[in-house]
Amino acid sequence: MTAALRFDPIRLPEKCEQLRKEVRAFLAEEIAAGTFDPHAPNREDNDAPEFSRRVGAKGWLGMTWPKKYGGQERSFLERYVVTEEMRVANAPTRRFFVADRQSGPVLLKYAPEHIKMDILPRICRGEVCFAIGMSEPNSGSDLFAAKTRATKTDGGYLINGTKIWTSSAHIADYMIAIFRTSPPTKENRRHGLTQFLVKMKQPGIQVNPIGQITGQFEFNEVVFTDYFVPDDHVLGEVDGAWKQATSELAYERSGPERFLETYYVLTELVRAVGKNPDTRSAEGIGRLVAQVHTMRRMSVSVAGMLQAGKEPVVEASIVKDIGTVWEQQLPHRVRDLAAFVEETATNRETLEKQLDFAIKTAPKLTIQGGTTEVLRGIIARGLGLR
Amino acid sequence: MAESENIVAETAEKIFADLADAQTINHDKQGAWKAPLWQALTEAGLPLSWVPDNLGGSGASLAEGFSVLNVAGRHAIAVPLAETMLAGWLLTQAKIASPEGEMTVVPASPKDRVTLNADGSLSGRARGVPFAKDAKHFAVLASGKDGISIALVDAVKCRIESGIGLGGDHNDTVTLDKVQPVITKPAPKGFEQTTLMLMGGVARSLQIAGALEAMLDISVRYSNERVAFEKKISKFQAVQHNLARLAGENAAALAAATSAADTIVSAKSLDTDAVFLEAASAKIRCSEAAEKGSGIAHQVHGAIGFTIEHILHRYSLRALAWRDDFGSESYWAVELGKLVANRGADELWPLVASR
Repeated sequence: MTAALRFDPIRLPEKCEQLRKEVRAFLAEEIAAGTFDPHAPNREDNDAPEFSRRVGAKGWLGMTWPKKYGGQERSFLERYVVTEEMRVANAPTRRFFVADRQSGPVLLKYAPEHIKMDILPRICRGEVCFAIGMSEPNSGSDLFAAKTRATKTDGGYLINGTKIWTSSAHIADYMIAIFRTSPPTKENRRHGLTQFLVKMKQPGIQVNPIGQITGQFEFNEVVFTDYFVPDDHVLGEVDGAWKQATSELAYERSGPERFLETYYVLTELVRAVGKNPDTRSAEGIGRLVAQVHTMRRMSVSVAGMLQAGKEPVVEASIVKDIGTVWEQQLPHRVRDLAAFVEETATNRETLEKQLDFAIKTAPKLTIQGGTTEVLRGIIARGLGLR
Repeated sequence: MAESENIVAETAEKIFADLADAQTINHDKQGAWKAPLWQALTEAGLPLSWVPDNLGGSGASLAEGFSVLNVAGRHAIAVPLAETMLAGWLLTQAKIASPEGEMTVVPASPKDRVTLNADGSLSGRARGVPFAKDAKHFAVLASGKDGISIALVDAVKCRIESGIGLGGDHNDTVTLDKVQPVITKPAPKGFEQTTLMLMGGVARSLQIAGALEAMLDISVRYSNERVAFEKKISKFQAVQHNLARLAGENAAALAAATSAADTIVSAKSLDTDAVFLEAASAKIRCSEAAEKGSGIAHQVHGAIGFTIEHILHRYSLRALAWRDDFGSESYWAVELGKLVANRGADELWPLVASR
């Protein structure tokens, strides 16, 4: 067989269920205290520093990391439970999400010890926010076309250039970015990029907000002008960032956030149709539920493979491909089904507001974190077509 | 997959590879391959996998049987292996011993009903019964005044209107007109027609997932051989992306079907929301995948895949046909939607997350 795709029926271990109860109880308290409204995904202020600290105090940030860096040495599957419960509750995770999922693991692997000791415990306490500096004005999916330069100078590098579409850069304390340290070679156009840890909120960095079609200002342009980065902030091999980027992407691509981004409209639709739906609504809901269940089973399966130390790159790409395409279609399908919801449904207004926001959100879902086109290219390579 | 599942699945794989090679059987219009294949499967104890030794079977585990069905789907074989397994499983629920030979289950659709009459005879009509024409016995689920019963019925006592389904296999209408069964016993408590349909649906889901794997495999192979515009068509991005989507459909079907099978394997009762969610979702998602996946496989193959000589239709049409057995995806979607609505909006996520 060409493909040999694996999606074994991995279940979350029993201890996850106790954790799930704790997370739900915590979120219920936060909702009761007015920290956030679970029915309002269109949060004007998704940045909730105090909430972030309370999540950290629970031990739910960096929970898979070594204890000496503030982690809990818990399993990737336990982290999965926390992530999915936060997502489904529409909790304001922006401040810690990237650091916990992506930046922390990169530091763990590539940062020098004193930096790990400095930053990782603060991530675990929910005190620091990270951004990812990948895209540039003329380099998005084509990551290796990045031009922002890091020029060697005494004791470090001087950064000049512009990153763009950088989520949370306006609130971030740090950015993990790739900069060009050498030109690409003839043999390897991916050569010459280096990963750096960048301290934000410093002179030499200007963050310009960019409005999104949702009405939010969630991503930014980040301009570097002779910004100095010390040598010990190089993460991994100089000129060799391309070797580091790929294996971690499996974590980024297969998590619950890759199919639950617009899930709230499904919950609200079920509320709106009531206990006795007509055949059309029932069939529509049934198909959507079958899909979200299947996506979750696929996603948990990949999480289980990651926990077991495998690198399911193709499987993870498949999860993101079909998960994001589905979460993008979801608000439109819910809109179809909601067309015949009774005028008297008590949550009608909530549903309409949610649909408005979800439909505006939808276009980004198949772009951020690796476009559908790039993912399908990766899957095709896995199939032996490239 | 556990070791024992591997061994049983490998046994099945070897038998299919030796005796049901797709190219060979596609050219054998007389079906001469069927008898030796059935004999080999029988000798290996596969048709009665789910029947314990004391009831005449080979006493394999549920998990082992499910793995055989996935392999059977990969080979899209035209003998009633899945049907006989299901029939044996159904009879075993009522501790009825299984006879030798091909069997199938009646009814095979959630809409049809068989009635157990006061005199112990059975009446009713079941449409779309797979392989009824090839079966020697039927395992029948019937409702009577005392609830649900399970019966073993001699096929020759029933009227069979022969039909051919989308996949080219027998798909018949079975009429029971006061038929006296060989034996009837009450079904265990909580066992309903829905239980049989869910089990049948999971069997079909595994077969569809297997057929999709085969379709992906032969489509990838073909795209790496076929040259157009002076290059292999696998080098065209449009074709690559189609095949990536086919892989996605294969993956979704595989995940949904194996998850549902695993749920049944470890379930204490089949009458739970969790089993319903898993089994109904598998049938819905696999059926959707059959449509999308077979469409892509045909698109990649072009005209050659539309010919009777090419093997693609063995998988594509069967996958499409299997959608209809034991409740279509539309049927299960309505039922699942009703269940979700009945439990209420705030119970949906806890149900999904419980799996």
